[in-house]
Amino acid sequence: MSRTTLVEAPDEVAAAAPVVPRRQRPARRWRRVVSPVVLVLSWELAARTGLLAAEKLPAPSDVLATGWRLSRDGTLGIHLLDSLTRAGAGLLIGGLLALALGTVAGLLRLGDDLVDPPVQMARMLPHLGLVPLLIIWVGIGESLKISLVALGAFFPIYFNTYAGIRDIDERLVEAARTCGLGPAARLRHVVLPGALPSLFLGLRLAIGAAWLSLVVGEQVNAQTGIGFLMMEAREFSQTDVVVLGLLVYALLGLISDSALRVLERRMLTWRRGLRAT
Amino acid sequence: MASRAAGHLNGTEPVLTAHAVRRAFGPTVVLAGVDLTIARGEVVALLGGSGSGKSTLLRILAGLDGEASGKSVVHGTAAVVFQEHRLLPWKRVADNVGLGLSGADGPGRIRRALAEVGLAERHRAWPAELSGGQAQRVAVARALVREPDLLLLDEPFGALDALTRLRMQILLRRLRAEHGFAALLVTHDVDEALLLADRILLLDDCRIAAEMPVDLGSTRTPDDPAFGALRRHLLDRLGVPTT
Repeated sequence: MSRTTLVEAPDEVAAAAPVVPRRQRPARRWRRVVSPVVLVLSWELAARTGLLAAEKLPAPSDVLATGWRLSRDGTLGIHLLDSLTRAGAGLLIGGLLALALGTVAGLLRLGDDLVDPPVQMARMLPHLGLVPLLIIWVGIGESLKISLVALGAFFPIYFNTYAGIRDIDERLVEAARTCGLGPAARLRHVVLPGALPSLFLGLRLAIGAAWLSLVVGEQVNAQTGIGFLMMEAREFSQTDVVVLGLLVYALLGLISDSALRVLERRMLTWRRGLRAT
Repeated sequence: MASRAAGHLNGTEPVLTAHAVRRAFGPTVVLAGVDLTIARGEVVALLGGSGSGKSTLLRILAGLDGEASGKSVVHGTAAVVFQEHRLLPWKRVADNVGLGLSGADGPGRIRRALAEVGLAERHRAWPAELSGGQAQRVAVARALVREPDLLLLDEPFGALDALTRLRMQILLRRLRAEHGFAALLVTHDVDEALLLADRILLLDDCRIAAEMPVDLGSTRTPDDPAFGALRRHLLDRLGVPTT
Protein backbone atom coordinates (compact mmCIF):
# COMPACT_ATOMS: atom_id res chain seq x y z
CA MET A 1 0.00 0.00 0.00
CA SER A 2 1.41 3.37 -0.94
CA ARG A 3 2.52 5.49 1.97
CA THR A 4 1.40 8.61 0.19
CA THR A 5 -2.23 7.56 -0.16
CA LEU A 6 -4.38 10.26 1.34
CA VAL A 7 -7.55 8.31 1.89
CA GLU A 8 -7.86 5.47 4.29
CA ALA A 9 -8.10 2.54 1.94
CA PRO A 10 -9.46 -0.80 3.13
CA ASP A 11 -6.57 -3.11 3.82
CA GLU A 12 -5.80 -6.37 2.07
CA VAL A 13 -7.80 -8.43 4.55
CA ALA A 14 -11.01 -6.58 3.89
CA ALA A 15 -10.36 -6.87 0.17
CA ALA A 16 -9.77 -10.60 0.49
CA ALA A 17 -13.07 -11.17 2.29
CA PRO A 18 -15.15 -13.75 0.44
CA VAL A 19 -17.19 -12.22 -2.32
CA VAL A 20 -20.84 -12.59 -1.50
CA PRO A 21 -22.75 -13.74 -4.56
CA ARG A 22 -25.53 -11.42 -5.45
CA ARG A 23 -28.95 -12.97 -4.94
CA GLN A 24 -30.29 -14.16 -8.24
CA ARG A 25 -33.09 -12.15 -9.71
CA PRO A 26 -36.44 -14.02 -9.67
CA ALA A 27 -36.78 -13.99 -13.47
CA ARG A 28 -33.39 -15.62 -13.80
CA ARG A 29 -34.23 -18.23 -11.20
CA TRP A 30 -37.42 -19.19 -13.00
CA ARG A 31 -35.55 -19.45 -16.27
CA ARG A 32 -33.27 -22.04 -14.72
CA VAL A 33 -36.28 -24.23 -13.91
CA VAL A 34 -37.47 -24.36 -17.53
CA SER A 35 -35.16 -26.99 -18.99
CA PRO A 36 -35.53 -29.58 -16.20
CA VAL A 37 -39.30 -29.24 -16.37
CA VAL A 38 -39.27 -29.61 -20.16
CA LEU A 39 -37.06 -32.69 -19.87
CA VAL A 40 -39.35 -34.40 -17.36
CA LEU A 41 -42.43 -33.51 -19.39
CA SER A 42 -40.94 -34.94 -22.60
CA TRP A 43 -39.94 -38.08 -20.72
CA GLU A 44 -43.54 -38.44 -19.49
CA LEU A 45 -44.88 -37.79 -22.97
CA ALA A 46 -42.50 -40.26 -24.62
CA ALA A 47 -43.43 -42.97 -22.13
CA ARG A 48 -47.18 -42.30 -22.49
CA THR A 49 -47.11 -42.40 -26.29
CA GLY A 50 -45.16 -45.68 -26.23
CA LEU A 51 -42.05 -44.10 -27.71
CA LEU A 52 -40.22 -45.40 -24.63
CA ALA A 53 -40.99 -49.02 -23.80
CA ALA A 54 -42.27 -49.29 -20.21
CA GLU A 55 -39.81 -52.08 -19.40
CA LYS A 56 -36.90 -49.86 -20.51
CA LEU A 57 -37.94 -46.63 -18.84
CA PRO A 58 -41.34 -46.13 -17.18
CA ALA A 59 -43.03 -42.73 -17.05
CA PRO A 60 -42.06 -40.48 -14.15
CA SER A 61 -45.63 -40.52 -12.93
CA ASP A 62 -45.47 -44.33 -12.73
CA VAL A 63 -42.23 -44.10 -10.74
CA LEU A 64 -43.87 -41.67 -8.33
CA ALA A 65 -46.92 -43.93 -8.02
CA THR A 66 -44.65 -46.87 -7.21
CA GLY A 67 -42.85 -44.73 -4.64
CA TRP A 68 -46.16 -43.83 -3.04
CA ARG A 69 -47.28 -47.49 -2.98
CA LEU A 70 -43.99 -48.70 -1.45
CA SER A 71 -43.92 -46.00 1.19
CA ARG A 72 -47.51 -46.68 2.17
CA ASP A 73 -46.95 -50.38 2.75
CA GLY A 74 -43.75 -49.57 4.67
CA THR A 75 -41.35 -51.38 2.33
CA LEU A 76 -39.49 -48.23 1.34
CA GLY A 77 -39.19 -47.08 4.95
CA ILE A 78 -37.60 -50.33 6.11
CA HIS A 79 -35.05 -50.39 3.32
CA LEU A 80 -34.32 -46.70 3.63
CA LEU A 81 -33.68 -47.04 7.35
CA ASP A 82 -31.23 -49.89 6.77
CA SER A 83 -29.38 -47.92 4.12
CA LEU A 84 -29.22 -44.87 6.38
CA THR A 85 -27.93 -46.95 9.30
CA ARG A 86 -25.14 -48.36 7.14
CA ALA A 87 -24.19 -44.92 5.83
CA GLY A 88 -24.28 -43.42 9.31
CA ALA A 89 -22.19 -46.16 10.92
CA GLY A 90 -19.62 -46.14 8.11
CA LEU A 91 -19.37 -42.35 8.12
CA LEU A 92 -18.94 -42.29 11.87
CA ILE A 93 -16.22 -44.94 11.93
CA GLY A 94 -14.31 -43.70 8.87
CA GLY A 95 -14.82 -40.06 9.76
CA LEU A 96 -13.62 -40.30 13.35
CA LEU A 97 -10.59 -42.35 12.32
CA ALA A 98 -9.77 -39.84 9.59
CA LEU A 99 -10.24 -36.91 11.95
CA ALA A 100 -7.92 -38.44 14.54
CA LEU A 101 -5.20 -39.42 12.07
CA GLY A 102 -5.49 -36.17 10.11
CA THR A 103 -5.14 -34.17 13.31
CA VAL A 104 -2.10 -36.15 14.44
CA ALA A 105 -0.45 -35.82 11.02
CA GLY A 106 -1.36 -32.14 10.73
CA LEU A 107 -0.22 -31.08 14.18
CA LEU A 108 2.84 -33.21 14.93
CA ARG A 109 5.91 -33.63 12.78
CA LEU A 110 6.33 -37.20 14.02
CA GLY A 111 2.70 -37.93 13.21
CA ASP A 112 3.17 -36.50 9.73
CA ASP A 113 6.20 -38.72 9.11
CA LEU A 114 4.53 -41.87 10.40
CA VAL A 115 0.93 -41.48 9.25
CA ASP A 116 0.99 -39.55 6.02
CA PRO A 117 3.11 -41.82 3.74
CA PRO A 118 0.93 -44.94 4.09
CA VAL A 119 -2.25 -42.87 3.73
CA GLN A 120 -0.88 -41.23 0.59
CA MET A 121 -0.12 -44.67 -0.85
CA ALA A 122 -3.51 -46.11 0.07
CA ARG A 123 -5.21 -43.12 -1.53
CA MET A 124 -4.15 -44.37 -4.94
CA LEU A 125 -6.18 -47.56 -4.52
CA PRO A 126 -9.72 -47.19 -5.85
CA HIS A 127 -11.59 -48.17 -2.72
CA LEU A 128 -14.52 -49.66 -4.63
CA GLY A 129 -12.02 -51.96 -6.33
CA LEU A 130 -11.29 -53.45 -2.92
CA VAL A 131 -14.66 -55.23 -2.83
CA PRO A 132 -13.25 -58.71 -3.69
CA LEU A 133 -10.54 -58.36 -1.04
CA LEU A 134 -13.00 -57.03 1.52
CA ILE A 135 -15.34 -59.96 0.88
CA ILE A 136 -12.47 -62.32 1.73
CA TRP A 137 -11.60 -60.32 4.82
CA VAL A 138 -14.94 -59.43 6.37
CA GLY A 139 -17.40 -61.62 4.46
CA ILE A 140 -20.50 -60.52 2.61
CA GLY A 141 -22.55 -59.34 5.58
CA GLU A 142 -23.17 -55.95 7.12
CA SER A 143 -19.49 -55.39 7.88
CA LEU A 144 -18.72 -55.32 4.16
CA LYS A 145 -21.16 -52.47 3.53
CA ILE A 146 -20.01 -50.50 6.56
CA SER A 147 -16.32 -51.03 5.74
CA LEU A 148 -16.87 -49.78 2.21
CA VAL A 149 -18.63 -46.62 3.42
CA ALA A 150 -15.96 -46.05 6.08
CA LEU A 151 -13.20 -46.40 3.47
CA GLY A 152 -14.95 -43.99 1.12
CA ALA A 153 -15.46 -41.42 3.87
CA PHE A 154 -11.96 -41.74 5.32
CA PHE A 155 -9.87 -40.14 2.59
CA PRO A 156 -11.69 -36.85 1.99
CA ILE A 157 -11.92 -36.19 5.72
CA TYR A 158 -8.30 -37.14 6.36
CA PHE A 159 -6.92 -34.94 3.59
CA ASN A 160 -9.07 -31.95 4.42
CA THR A 161 -8.32 -32.17 8.13
CA TYR A 162 -4.62 -32.33 7.33
CA ALA A 163 -4.75 -29.47 4.83
CA GLY A 164 -7.01 -27.39 7.07
CA ILE A 165 -4.54 -27.58 9.95
CA ARG A 166 -1.53 -27.01 7.73
CA ASP A 167 -3.08 -23.96 6.09
CA ILE A 168 -3.57 -22.11 9.37
CA ASP A 169 -1.56 -18.93 9.38
CA GLU A 170 1.43 -19.53 11.66
CA ARG A 171 1.39 -15.83 12.55
CA LEU A 172 -2.05 -16.17 14.15
CA VAL A 173 -0.80 -19.04 16.30
CA GLU A 174 2.11 -16.86 17.31
CA ALA A 175 -0.15 -13.94 18.19
CA ALA A 176 -2.25 -16.28 20.33
CA ARG A 177 0.91 -17.34 22.13
CA THR A 178 1.77 -13.74 22.95
CA CYS A 179 -1.74 -13.42 24.40
CA GLY A 180 -0.85 -16.16 26.87
CA LEU A 181 -2.74 -19.06 25.27
CA GLY A 182 -1.33 -22.49 26.08
CA PRO A 183 -1.34 -25.43 23.62
CA ALA A 184 -4.85 -26.60 24.54
CA ALA A 185 -6.31 -23.10 24.30
CA ARG A 186 -4.53 -22.49 20.97
CA LEU A 187 -6.06 -25.72 19.66
CA ARG A 188 -9.51 -24.55 20.68
CA HIS A 189 -9.34 -20.88 19.68
CA VAL A 190 -7.02 -20.96 16.66
CA VAL A 191 -6.54 -24.42 15.15
CA LEU A 192 -10.09 -25.75 15.35
CA PRO A 193 -11.90 -22.65 14.01
CA GLY A 194 -9.17 -22.16 11.43
CA ALA A 195 -9.52 -25.70 10.13
CA LEU A 196 -13.32 -25.72 10.28
CA PRO A 197 -13.96 -24.58 6.67
CA SER A 198 -11.76 -27.44 5.44
CA LEU A 199 -13.46 -29.89 7.78
CA PHE A 200 -16.82 -28.97 6.30
CA LEU A 201 -15.51 -29.46 2.78
CA GLY A 202 -14.11 -32.86 3.80
CA LEU A 203 -17.42 -33.89 5.35
CA ARG A 204 -19.37 -32.93 2.24
CA LEU A 205 -17.06 -34.92 0.00
CA ALA A 206 -17.17 -37.82 2.47
CA ILE A 207 -20.96 -37.93 2.42
CA GLY A 208 -20.88 -38.07 -1.36
CA ALA A 209 -18.37 -40.92 -1.21
CA ALA A 210 -20.48 -42.67 1.43
CA TRP A 211 -23.57 -42.81 -0.80
CA LEU A 212 -21.48 -44.03 -3.71
CA SER A 213 -19.94 -46.79 -1.58
CA LEU A 214 -23.38 -47.77 -0.38
CA VAL A 215 -24.69 -48.16 -3.94
CA VAL A 216 -21.90 -50.62 -4.68
CA GLY A 217 -21.93 -52.34 -1.27
CA GLU A 218 -25.66 -52.99 -1.24
CA GLN A 219 -25.45 -54.86 -4.51
CA VAL A 220 -23.39 -57.58 -2.82
CA ASN A 221 -25.65 -60.09 -1.09
CA ALA A 222 -27.82 -57.54 0.69
CA GLN A 223 -31.17 -58.62 2.16
CA THR A 224 -32.29 -55.06 2.84
CA GLY A 225 -31.51 -51.53 1.74
CA ILE A 226 -32.26 -49.40 -1.29
CA GLY A 227 -29.58 -51.23 -3.30
CA PHE A 228 -31.17 -54.58 -2.49
CA LEU A 229 -34.55 -53.18 -3.50
CA MET A 230 -33.10 -52.23 -6.89
CA MET A 231 -31.32 -55.55 -7.43
CA GLU A 232 -34.44 -57.49 -6.57
CA ALA A 233 -36.53 -55.35 -8.88
CA ARG A 234 -34.09 -55.99 -11.71
CA GLU A 235 -34.63 -59.75 -11.29
CA PHE A 236 -38.32 -59.20 -11.89
CA SER A 237 -37.85 -56.48 -14.50
CA GLN A 238 -39.61 -53.90 -12.31
CA THR A 239 -37.95 -50.96 -13.98
CA ASP A 240 -40.10 -48.48 -12.02
CA VAL A 241 -38.62 -49.70 -8.73
CA VAL A 242 -35.08 -49.49 -10.13
CA VAL A 243 -35.64 -45.88 -11.19
CA LEU A 244 -37.27 -45.18 -7.83
CA GLY A 245 -34.14 -46.48 -6.08
CA LEU A 246 -31.98 -44.15 -8.15
CA LEU A 247 -34.28 -41.29 -7.27
CA VAL A 248 -34.03 -42.08 -3.56
CA TYR A 249 -30.23 -42.17 -3.73
CA ALA A 250 -30.21 -38.80 -5.49
CA LEU A 251 -32.59 -37.30 -2.93
CA LEU A 252 -30.49 -38.60 -0.04
CA GLY A 253 -27.40 -36.94 -1.52
CA LEU A 254 -29.27 -33.70 -2.13
CA ILE A 255 -30.80 -33.54 1.35
CA SER A 256 -27.57 -34.33 3.19
CA ASP A 257 -25.67 -31.78 1.15
CA SER A 258 -28.17 -28.98 1.77
CA ALA A 259 -28.35 -29.78 5.47
CA LEU A 260 -24.61 -29.50 5.70
CA ARG A 261 -24.66 -26.22 3.78
CA VAL A 262 -27.09 -24.73 6.27
CA LEU A 263 -24.95 -25.90 9.17
CA GLU A 264 -21.85 -24.50 7.49
CA ARG A 265 -23.46 -21.12 6.97
CA ARG A 266 -24.45 -20.95 10.61
CA MET A 267 -21.06 -21.95 11.96
CA LEU A 268 -18.91 -19.92 9.59
CA THR A 269 -20.70 -16.58 9.85
CA TRP A 270 -17.37 -14.77 10.04
CA ARG A 271 -16.60 -15.76 6.46
CA ARG A 272 -19.56 -13.81 5.17
CA GLY A 273 -17.58 -10.74 6.04
CA LEU A 274 -19.42 -7.53 5.44
CA ARG A 275 -22.90 -8.99 5.22
CA ALA A 276 -22.91 -10.36 8.77
CA THR A 277 -23.07 -8.22 11.86
CA MET B 1 12.22 -16.70 27.61
CA ALA B 2 10.00 -13.87 28.69
CA SER B 3 9.42 -14.65 32.30
CA ARG B 4 7.91 -12.86 35.20
CA ALA B 5 10.48 -12.26 37.89
CA ALA B 6 9.76 -11.83 41.56
CA GLY B 7 9.72 -8.32 42.93
CA HIS B 8 8.81 -6.71 39.65
CA LEU B 9 7.10 -3.92 41.49
CA ASN B 10 10.47 -2.51 42.41
CA GLY B 11 10.50 0.83 40.61
CA THR B 12 14.21 1.02 39.95
CA GLU B 13 14.53 -2.36 38.33
CA PRO B 14 14.57 -2.33 34.52
CA VAL B 15 11.56 -3.82 32.80
CA LEU B 16 13.70 -5.71 30.34
CA THR B 17 17.25 -6.98 30.44
CA ALA B 18 18.82 -8.89 27.61
CA HIS B 19 22.39 -10.04 27.53
CA ALA B 20 24.57 -11.49 24.75
CA VAL B 21 21.62 -12.36 22.52
CA ARG B 22 22.81 -14.31 19.50
CA ARG B 23 20.86 -15.71 16.59
CA ALA B 24 22.01 -17.32 13.38
CA PHE B 25 19.97 -18.80 10.55
CA GLY B 26 22.23 -21.57 9.33
CA PRO B 27 25.58 -19.98 8.52
CA THR B 28 24.13 -16.45 8.46
CA VAL B 29 24.61 -14.62 11.74
CA VAL B 30 21.81 -12.11 12.30
CA LEU B 31 22.51 -11.04 15.88
CA ALA B 32 26.03 -11.36 17.24
CA GLY B 33 25.67 -10.60 20.92
CA VAL B 34 23.16 -7.86 21.68
CA ASP B 35 22.87 -6.28 25.13
CA LEU B 36 19.77 -4.29 25.92
CA THR B 37 18.16 -2.77 28.98
CA ILE B 38 14.87 -0.90 29.07
CA ALA B 39 13.89 1.09 32.13
CA ARG B 40 10.36 1.19 33.51
CA GLY B 41 8.23 3.54 31.43
CA GLU B 42 10.96 4.14 28.88
CA VAL B 43 10.24 4.06 25.14
CA VAL B 44 13.16 2.76 23.13
CA ALA B 45 13.19 2.77 19.35
CA LEU B 46 15.21 0.19 17.51
CA LEU B 47 16.23 1.52 14.12
CA GLY B 48 17.92 -0.34 11.35
CA GLY B 49 17.77 -1.07 7.66
CA SER B 50 15.72 -3.97 6.36
CA GLY B 51 17.32 -7.29 7.15
CA SER B 52 19.31 -5.84 10.02
CA GLY B 53 17.70 -8.22 12.52
CA LYS B 54 15.39 -5.74 14.28
CA SER B 55 12.34 -7.96 14.09
CA THR B 56 14.40 -11.03 14.96
CA LEU B 57 15.52 -9.33 18.16
CA LEU B 58 11.97 -8.35 19.05
CA ARG B 59 10.74 -11.90 18.48
CA ILE B 60 13.47 -13.20 20.77
CA LEU B 61 12.55 -10.67 23.47
CA ALA B 62 8.89 -11.68 23.10
CA GLY B 63 9.83 -15.29 23.72
CA LEU B 64 8.79 -16.39 20.22
CA ASP B 65 12.18 -17.69 19.10
CA GLY B 66 13.35 -20.83 20.83
CA GLU B 67 16.57 -21.13 18.90
CA ALA B 68 18.31 -17.98 20.04
CA SER B 69 21.03 -18.05 22.64
CA GLY B 70 21.73 -15.53 25.36
CA LYS B 71 19.59 -14.30 28.20
CA SER B 72 16.49 -12.18 28.06
CA VAL B 73 14.21 -11.48 30.98
CA VAL B 74 11.05 -9.38 31.13
CA HIS B 75 10.40 -8.21 34.67
CA GLY B 76 6.64 -8.02 34.62
CA THR B 77 4.27 -8.55 31.71
CA ALA B 78 4.82 -7.97 28.03
CA ALA B 79 2.42 -7.66 25.12
CA VAL B 80 3.17 -7.60 21.41
CA VAL B 81 1.76 -5.62 18.48
CA PHE B 82 2.90 -6.95 15.11
CA GLN B 83 3.16 -5.27 11.74
CA GLU B 84 0.04 -7.10 10.62
CA HIS B 85 -2.90 -6.92 13.01
CA ARG B 86 -3.04 -10.72 13.42
CA LEU B 87 -6.62 -10.71 14.64
CA LEU B 88 -8.39 -14.07 14.53
CA PRO B 89 -10.86 -13.72 11.65
CA TRP B 90 -13.39 -16.03 13.35
CA LYS B 91 -13.70 -13.97 16.51
CA ARG B 92 -15.55 -10.71 16.85
CA VAL B 93 -13.52 -7.65 17.81
CA ALA B 94 -14.33 -7.88 21.54
CA ASP B 95 -13.42 -11.58 21.65
CA ASN B 96 -10.16 -10.87 19.89
CA VAL B 97 -9.28 -8.21 22.43
CA GLY B 98 -10.21 -10.54 25.29
CA LEU B 99 -8.29 -13.52 23.90
CA GLY B 100 -6.67 -15.40 26.76
CA LEU B 101 -7.62 -12.67 29.20
CA SER B 102 -8.08 -13.86 32.76
CA GLY B 103 -9.12 -12.12 35.93
CA ALA B 104 -12.15 -10.23 37.07
CA ASP B 105 -14.28 -7.83 34.98
CA GLY B 106 -13.13 -9.09 31.59
CA PRO B 107 -15.97 -7.48 29.61
CA GLY B 108 -15.46 -4.14 31.36
CA ARG B 109 -11.76 -4.13 30.65
CA ILE B 110 -12.33 -5.05 27.01
CA ARG B 111 -14.86 -2.23 26.67
CA ARG B 112 -12.48 0.30 28.19
CA ALA B 113 -9.55 -0.84 26.02
CA LEU B 114 -11.67 -0.53 22.89
CA ALA B 115 -12.90 2.89 23.98
CA GLU B 116 -9.32 4.03 24.42
CA VAL B 117 -8.52 3.30 20.79
CA GLY B 118 -11.82 4.87 19.72
CA LEU B 119 -13.57 1.68 18.62
CA ALA B 120 -16.05 1.10 21.44
CA GLU B 121 -18.99 0.84 19.06
CA ARG B 122 -17.27 -1.73 16.83
CA HIS B 123 -17.03 -4.47 19.46
CA ARG B 124 -19.46 -6.75 17.59
CA ALA B 125 -17.73 -6.39 14.21
CA TRP B 126 -15.76 -9.13 12.47
CA PRO B 127 -12.10 -8.33 11.72
CA ALA B 128 -12.82 -8.58 7.98
CA GLU B 129 -15.17 -5.62 8.30
CA LEU B 130 -12.50 -3.27 9.63
CA SER B 131 -10.16 -1.02 7.69
CA GLY B 132 -6.43 -1.51 8.06
CA GLY B 133 -6.11 1.29 10.59
CA GLN B 134 -9.09 0.09 12.63
CA ALA B 135 -7.76 -3.47 12.72
CA GLN B 136 -4.40 -2.23 13.93
CA ARG B 137 -6.12 -0.19 16.63
CA VAL B 138 -7.90 -3.36 17.78
CA ALA B 139 -4.50 -5.05 17.91
CA VAL B 140 -3.26 -2.20 20.12
CA ALA B 141 -6.33 -2.63 22.34
CA ARG B 142 -5.63 -6.36 22.55
CA ALA B 143 -2.17 -5.53 23.88
CA LEU B 144 -3.35 -2.72 26.20
CA VAL B 145 -6.10 -4.72 27.87
CA ARG B 146 -3.41 -6.89 29.47
CA GLU B 147 -1.98 -3.78 31.17
CA PRO B 148 1.55 -4.69 30.13
CA ASP B 149 4.67 -3.31 31.76
CA LEU B 150 6.36 -3.55 28.39
CA LEU B 151 4.88 -3.17 24.93
CA LEU B 152 6.82 -4.80 22.11
CA LEU B 153 5.95 -3.10 18.83
CA ASP B 154 7.19 -4.67 15.59
CA GLU B 155 6.80 -1.97 12.93
CA PRO B 156 3.24 -1.60 14.14
CA PHE B 157 2.24 1.10 11.66
CA GLY B 158 4.41 -0.04 8.75
CA ALA B 159 1.51 -1.36 6.69
CA LEU B 160 -0.71 1.70 7.10
CA ASP B 161 -1.14 4.68 4.81
CA ALA B 162 0.55 7.96 5.66
CA LEU B 163 -2.41 9.71 7.33
CA THR B 164 -3.49 6.69 9.37
CA ARG B 165 0.10 6.27 10.40
CA LEU B 166 0.27 9.79 11.78
CA ARG B 167 -2.95 9.30 13.70
CA MET B 168 -1.65 6.05 15.16
CA GLN B 169 1.54 7.72 16.30
CA ILE B 170 -0.44 10.40 18.09
CA LEU B 171 -2.65 7.71 19.65
CA LEU B 172 0.35 5.79 20.89
CA ARG B 173 1.82 8.90 22.47
CA ARG B 174 -1.42 9.61 24.28
CA LEU B 175 -1.74 6.02 25.52
CA ARG B 176 1.80 6.03 26.72
CA ALA B 177 1.25 9.25 28.66
CA GLU B 178 -1.85 7.72 30.28
CA HIS B 179 -0.54 4.26 31.10
CA GLY B 180 3.18 4.84 31.47
CA PHE B 181 4.16 1.53 29.90
CA ALA B 182 7.65 0.94 28.62
CA ALA B 183 7.97 0.08 24.95
CA LEU B 184 10.40 -1.25 22.43
CA LEU B 185 9.49 0.14 19.03
CA VAL B 186 11.06 -1.61 16.07
CA THR B 187 10.89 0.66 13.05
CA HIS B 188 12.71 1.71 9.93
CA ASP B 189 11.07 5.12 10.00
CA VAL B 190 13.43 7.73 11.45
CA ASP B 191 10.63 10.28 11.98
CA GLU B 192 8.54 7.76 13.88
CA ALA B 193 11.47 6.93 16.14
CA LEU B 194 12.13 10.61 16.83
CA LEU B 195 8.46 11.33 17.52
CA LEU B 196 7.92 8.51 19.97
CA ALA B 197 11.14 7.40 21.60
CA ASP B 198 13.13 8.50 24.64
CA ARG B 199 16.16 6.70 23.33
CA ILE B 200 17.12 5.39 19.92
CA LEU B 201 19.24 2.33 19.26
CA LEU B 202 20.79 1.71 15.88
CA LEU B 203 21.10 -1.91 14.88
CA ASP B 204 23.81 -2.44 12.31
CA ASP B 205 26.17 -5.26 11.43
CA CYS B 206 24.45 -7.71 13.79
CA ARG B 207 24.93 -5.60 16.92
CA ILE B 208 23.83 -2.32 18.45
CA ALA B 209 26.06 0.14 16.67
CA ALA B 210 24.93 3.38 18.28
CA GLU B 211 22.73 4.65 21.03
CA MET B 212 21.41 8.18 21.40
CA PRO B 213 18.97 9.83 23.77
CA VAL B 214 16.21 11.92 22.24
CA ASP B 215 16.00 15.13 24.27
CA LEU B 216 13.20 16.85 22.41
CA GLY B 217 10.65 17.27 25.20
CA SER B 218 7.16 15.86 25.18
CA THR B 219 5.64 18.01 22.44
CA ARG B 220 7.60 17.14 19.36
CA THR B 221 7.12 18.23 15.79
CA PRO B 222 9.29 17.57 12.77
CA ASP B 223 9.43 21.40 12.29
CA ASP B 224 11.67 21.72 15.35
CA PRO B 225 15.29 22.52 14.25
CA ALA B 226 16.65 20.11 16.88
CA PHE B 227 14.40 17.41 15.40
CA GLY B 228 15.84 18.10 11.96
CA ALA B 229 19.41 17.94 13.22
CA LEU B 230 18.87 14.59 14.94
CA ARG B 231 17.06 13.33 11.86
CA ARG B 232 19.98 14.20 9.59
CA HIS B 233 22.40 12.64 12.01
CA LEU B 234 20.42 9.38 12.15
CA LEU B 235 19.95 9.16 8.39
CA ASP B 236 23.65 9.75 8.01
CA ARG B 237 24.38 6.85 10.34
CA LEU B 238 21.96 4.69 8.35
CA GLY B 239 23.85 5.52 5.18
CA VAL B 240 21.13 7.65 3.55
CA PRO B 241 22.47 10.82 1.89
CA THR B 242 20.50 13.82 3.18
CA THR B 243 21.57 16.51 0.72
